[in-house]
Amino acid sequence: MEKLSFQFKTEKPAGGTRPQALVGVVASGNLEVLLERVLPTDACSIDIATAAHGFGTVWQAVVADFVSRRAAGGLRISVNDGGARPDTVALRLAQAVRLIEEPEA
Amino acid sequence: MTDWNRQKAGLAERLAAGRAHAAGKTVPIAKLAAFLEAVLRPGDRVCLEGDNQKQADILATALADVDPAKIHDLHMVQSGVVLPEHLDVFDKGIARRLDYSYSGPQSARIARMLFGGKIELGAIHTYLELFGRYFIDLTPQVALIAAVCADRDGNLYTGPNTEDTPVVVEATSYKSGLVIAQVAEIVDKVPRVDIPGDLVHFIVEAKKPFYVEPLFTRDPAAMTETQILTAMLAIKGIYAPYGVQRLNHGIGFNTAAIELLLPTYGEALGLKGRICTHFALNPHPTLIPAIEAGWVEQIHCFGSEVGMEDYIAARSDIFFTGPDGSLRSNRAFSQTAGLYACDMFIGSTLQIDLQGHSSTITASRIAGFGGAPNMGSDPRGRRHPSEPWLKAGAEADPDTPASLRRGRKLVVQIGETFGDGNASLFVEKLDALELAAKLKLDLAPVMVYADDVTHIVTEEGIANLLLCRDADDYEQAIRGVAGYTEIGRARDKKMVERLRERKVIQRPEDLGIDPLDADRRLLAARSIKDIVRSSGGLYRPPSRFRNW
Repeated sequence: MEKLSFQFKTEKPAGGTRPQALVGVVASGNLEVLLERVLPTDACSIDIATAAHGFGTVWQAVVADFVSRRAAGGLRISVNDGGARPDTVALRLAQAVRLIEEPEA
Repeated sequence: MTDWNRQKAGLAERLAAGRAHAAGKTVPIAKLAAFLEAVLRPGDRVCLEGDNQKQADILATALADVDPAKIHDLHMVQSGVVLPEHLDVFDKGIARRLDYSYSGPQSARIARMLFGGKIELGAIHTYLELFGRYFIDLTPQVALIAAVCADRDGNLYTGPNTEDTPVVVEATSYKSGLVIAQVAEIVDKVPRVDIPGDLVHFIVEAKKPFYVEPLFTRDPAAMTETQILTAMLAIKGIYAPYGVQRLNHGIGFNTAAIELLLPTYGEALGLKGRICTHFALNPHPTLIPAIEAGWVEQIHCFGSEVGMEDYIAARSDIFFTGPDGSLRSNRAFSQTAGLYACDMFIGSTLQIDLQGHSSTITASRIAGFGGAPNMGSDPRGRRHPSEPWLKAGAEADPDTPASLRRGRKLVVQIGETFGDGNASLFVEKLDALELAAKLKLDLAPVMVYADDVTHIVTEEGIANLLLCRDADDYEQAIRGVAGYTEIGRARDKKMVERLRERKVIQRPEDLGIDPLDADRRLLAARSIKDIVRSSGGLYRPPSRFRNW
């Protein structure tokens, strides 16, 4: 298991008011993403636990793009990765941000 | 005095030798190996019928059982190397040289044997190319073929899986070669005559159907959101603007996703009747929902697909069927149709380099290409216009006057930036080049050449290579859709943005597509069972695809 940690200054705070959101599953080729609205609105942290070693630079690129494209301010993001491909990671992160923006049911 | 009829005399000798083991045209299965030893000669060019679907499996087993002291150095000329026996004959020294097209399930072993020097490779052909050579310089002296049933005169019924048989028999029999057919049973009258008995010299009753591989069945349950996103991009960014009505799809999940999005996403875009009306295509189960929704007018098939027989027979307005009601497939004709009468080929690959060359050959697997290099090429002999062909031609060459400008076939490579095992789709250098160096081949086995590829679709967007004007454009257009692969991360970001302004690259958002809408709920069928339901119970999937 490899652990990676990234901190970002963000411009856009995450929308909505939900305190947290969870998408995905921990399975081979998939991942689980937990969002918690616990940080100052200009900060975002992403902690990754991954089964696949040696992909640090790819993760760096994926999460940096994510933070620049989506409203992620105020979020502490935890990723539990089962060896997902970068496109799946990007999709799950985007899905999680959309979910936390939704009104609570 | 010149003897001008040595081949006919040779055939007469083979026939006489074979008859010693046969009753009329019928060879008992128990005597098959001895029979083959009697009719074959060392060094013969032999077509052991096997393509990507049906297999003359009984004849393959028998050929692998002949005595290599008697029969050796055969030159195998066949479209598919699929069964273990197809390679056993090389291991045992029965065969030495190979010319072929496709080797899906044997791709790893064939690679080991080529590197080990067990096989002398002629070339890896496209189907039409190999069939063409059957009539010029690779004419088989013996053809071992497969049919459903025969009568005692040798008239053959090949049924839905006719595939390569007509072209193989035409080339062999009319050039004084010997044709031997395995059939499941010998009957008094065949349901229809696919191959006339005059051309067939011996038949073997196998008492069981020939083996068929269900190669074109894609389970919607295994389709990913990323594949759905690539399918949405292709439909909205290529099919719609070019108005692609006549086309061929590859066998991957991305194109299967396109088929399943037609009745949902395609319908919502108002594209019914404007795209995907005529296909050169095997009977893909994933196309059933679109057929049922009235999208498709006509399909010509290379081969059949296991479980689709009853559905096809019940939809004769769509498919080509015989007087017996069942499908008539024909690989040579359908490949010709795919080459000349289709405006688009779209399929997957394993590697694309920075020039845009692509290949399914990797360091350890030599899969061959089947029909892709043929359908995935721009036919220079084409003369009839169509909307997509003219539009693509104008994009590639805006300066030539329209009346003298060649159109272009759309050749689209579609896939996710990372494939199985996180392998990158995009590479600096194709493995095919290393293979060519190692095996000292004159030509690297490239599936689709860069100058034939018009578009590359990944989850990151569409690269329109028709609009590229120089090598830098090409390279950055490819890097610009290569996602987080090393190739993608090494892009010149400013240049990629300029290409986006020129619409060389189009992102999902440029096409009004939100990647978060790429949801499995968009699939017209989400499981094999859904497809069965859509077919009204006519589609009967093989057991490996049933989980109920």
